[in-house]
Amino acid sequence: MNTAFTEHRTREPESGLATIVTDFSADQRAFRNVSWGKAMMWIFLLSDTFIFGTFLIGYMTARMSTAEPWPNASEVFALEIAGHHLPLILIAIMTFVLISSSGTMAMAVNYGYRRQRRPTAALLVVTALLGATFVGMQAFEWTKLISEGVRPWGNPWGAAQFGSAFFMITGFHGTHVTIGVIFLLIVARKVIRGDFDHGRPGFFTGRKGRYEAVEIMGLYWHFVDLVWVFIFAFFYLW
Amino acid sequence: MADVPLDRVAETAATEVEDLTLHHPHSWLTRYVFSQDAKTISIQYTVTALAIGFIALFLSWLMRLQLGFPGTFAFIDAAAYYQLITMHGMMMIVYVLTAVLLGGFGNYLIPLMVGARDMVFPYANMLSYWFYLLAVVILLASFFAPGGPTGAGWTLYPPQAILSGTPGQESGIILMLVSLIVFIAGFTMGGLNYVVTVLQGRTRGMTLMRMPLTVWGIFTASVMALLAFPALFVASVMMLFDKIFGTSFFMPSLIELGTPLDYGGGSPILFQHLFWFFGHPEVYIVALPAFGIVSDLIATHARRNIFGYRMMVWAILAIGALSFVVWAHHMYVSGMNPWFGFFFATTTLIIAVPTAIKVYNWILTLWRGDIHLTVPMLFALGFIVTFVNGGLSGLFLGNVVVDVPLSDTMFVVAHFHMVMGIAPVLVIFGAIYHWYPKVTGRMMNEALGKLHFWITFLGTYAIFFPMHYLGLLGVPRRYHEMGEASFFPASAQMLNAYITVLALVVGAAQLLFLFNLIWSIRHGREAGGNPWRATSLEWQTPETPPPHGNWGREQPTVYRWAYDYNVPGVAQDFIPQNMPPEAVPLGPRPAPGGMS
Repeated sequence: MNTAFTEHRTREPESGLATIVTDFSADQRAFRNVSWGKAMMWIFLLSDTFIFGTFLIGYMTARMSTAEPWPNASEVFALEIAGHHLPLILIAIMTFVLISSSGTMAMAVNYGYRRQRRPTAALLVVTALLGATFVGMQAFEWTKLISEGVRPWGNPWGAAQFGSAFFMITGFHGTHVTIGVIFLLIVARKVIRGDFDHGRPGFFTGRKGRYEAVEIMGLYWHFVDLVWVFIFAFFYLW
Repeated sequence: MADVPLDRVAETAATEVEDLTLHHPHSWLTRYVFSQDAKTISIQYTVTALAIGFIALFLSWLMRLQLGFPGTFAFIDAAAYYQLITMHGMMMIVYVLTAVLLGGFGNYLIPLMVGARDMVFPYANMLSYWFYLLAVVILLASFFAPGGPTGAGWTLYPPQAILSGTPGQESGIILMLVSLIVFIAGFTMGGLNYVVTVLQGRTRGMTLMRMPLTVWGIFTASVMALLAFPALFVASVMMLFDKIFGTSFFMPSLIELGTPLDYGGGSPILFQHLFWFFGHPEVYIVALPAFGIVSDLIATHARRNIFGYRMMVWAILAIGALSFVVWAHHMYVSGMNPWFGFFFATTTLIIAVPTAIKVYNWILTLWRGDIHLTVPMLFALGFIVTFVNGGLSGLFLGNVVVDVPLSDTMFVVAHFHMVMGIAPVLVIFGAIYHWYPKVTGRMMNEALGKLHFWITFLGTYAIFFPMHYLGLLGVPRRYHEMGEASFFPASAQMLNAYITVLALVVGAAQLLFLFNLIWSIRHGREAGGNPWRATSLEWQTPETPPPHGNWGREQPTVYRWAYDYNVPGVAQDFIPQNMPPEAVPLGPRPAPGGMS
């Protein structure tokens, strides 16, 4: 009796694409060994990629649709230093600073996984300082451009969209860096206080603190750096 | 029968599933207001969205009064009419449908259906609701702002959206854009929760390919929303800049009332591309959860396993992916390279293939099923018919040559109201009737429910079918009266009056639903834990309504897919997902029709 029920208890071994599907759809977790927080950050960054991607595409479309000439970015962002005319020098330094901060962030993650409290916290603070330096230089750049007459609605050199796209995109990226700096300092405080060693519950969430927070912070920080590379390429170099 | 069988699955170590620390409420405020329990958040979302839905319904009444009896109501002038149309559209699509299907049903059903104790990040989940409420308040505030709400049409096309002459140009448009930005920020926090809970937070034995299709639908829609809302976010930010700072992202050089404006060099078409890159996926963000829910309603109330489960899943994913490459079919008359029209028409028609797979599978699920015409089942059947009808008129609009004469006529209005207005709303009603017993422990009144169904179902057909005809006559949409165009026969205005009367009746009939919803909380029949004798996990909770944490001491273990109805050789006509194979009562099949 009951053959109709029992015969469905086993299934023929799968092959090809079906195996991939079965593996991916496996029990409980689609991505083994990936914690909730890390998965959430990756998916958030995917969503944020679409935001920055759309900003850049919008900027490129505006650049194509405008009838007036586009200002020469190398000249606009040039500085006179000690009598030398250096195109894009400030942007080059800013890029260098931000990329370096990715290095210190990676080191912080490494020390975090070794559960070394002091070096982790120190490197997080260094990363935050580099980030703050970047934002500071960006503020300097904004001030310089504004004093030269660049406004969101117009500038002395050509297409009005130059200023619009500049303030919008660098502003949105700078906001990301600023938020990153704030959270870097919060994570650094948690590290030095030993929250991640003792699993102290978070103030808002009540979740136990873990050193993985440093890595998740790192994901965000590297993403913000990567976005800057694209902004650098498409806005400043083009 | 069960093509997703009882094979053993390797269990991963249940680290976070075990030591998830739930934030238990300590006071009335954290239990009912600032609650981190997904079920409470779900109810907050649903109630808020239903309230907005009734406001939007009322706005549509005013619109219909003007169209049916032009000139009779002096306070509905052209400007007010545009404001009504704009707010009705935006509220219904973003603040009602998206919020109910993802924020409402997603929050309630995802954790329960995958056997989780809660969403993975309850705190962010709570913030999601409060951001949503803030967005709603900002949107409603525009009714009281100087100049009133924006009247730019729900698509908010620039340049007219921010120029004088458009109602709400003073502040309504700003509030609308800010509200959208806040909504998107709030949705992102919720959407990340839904996605991560489905991917990483399931209970033991719950593989992706064992999940109920409801979860698949909401999951795919959430992923799509996380990728589509960024385009709306960016478009809103850029238009805010155009409005507030005088930038020219979307604004070409133009002359307003004889004065040349400072704008110049922008691209209005860019906004349309960004808007519809969000707007078209949005159609499926609303439709996919509805597809999933309908699959579960049909399987449960026809006592049949869903036909072609794997194909249903692949069809959901295929529709989700395809919906990102069809957006410009909303822009055939906007001025595009003709090859674009060719490309987008092709992709649009391809999307009919996975959609047709789903419709055939629903019908094959019903085929020789043990169909119980309960209220949820009626709504599910109503959905299939309505969706097929709306989808077929979509084939007309998807073809460029047919679309061009039909563009901006009432035909378009009839099409999208059938396919993404009425169809998902029928599912929302069906789902509320279906899951209400789990939420409150009591059944909704069946007689009232059936009355509600028949008035709504027949009424909406009577409203929107003649609208197709009006569209074919060439009656334009978005005109607050038809004017003196001589090619409209006099009967067109009579038809408009008829539609208005019916719209008033059908709208008023929704009060039956509202009454039923409130009355049944106290006076409904006691439901018990599993009144529909359904298989999926949410019906197997130890307590009804489920308490915070859902599962009591131990989370369930899942042994099978969600569709083991009428399995041959089993004594009862359904096997819950968490019933171990050795516990399944074997014996002769019960006589069909037994849903005690």
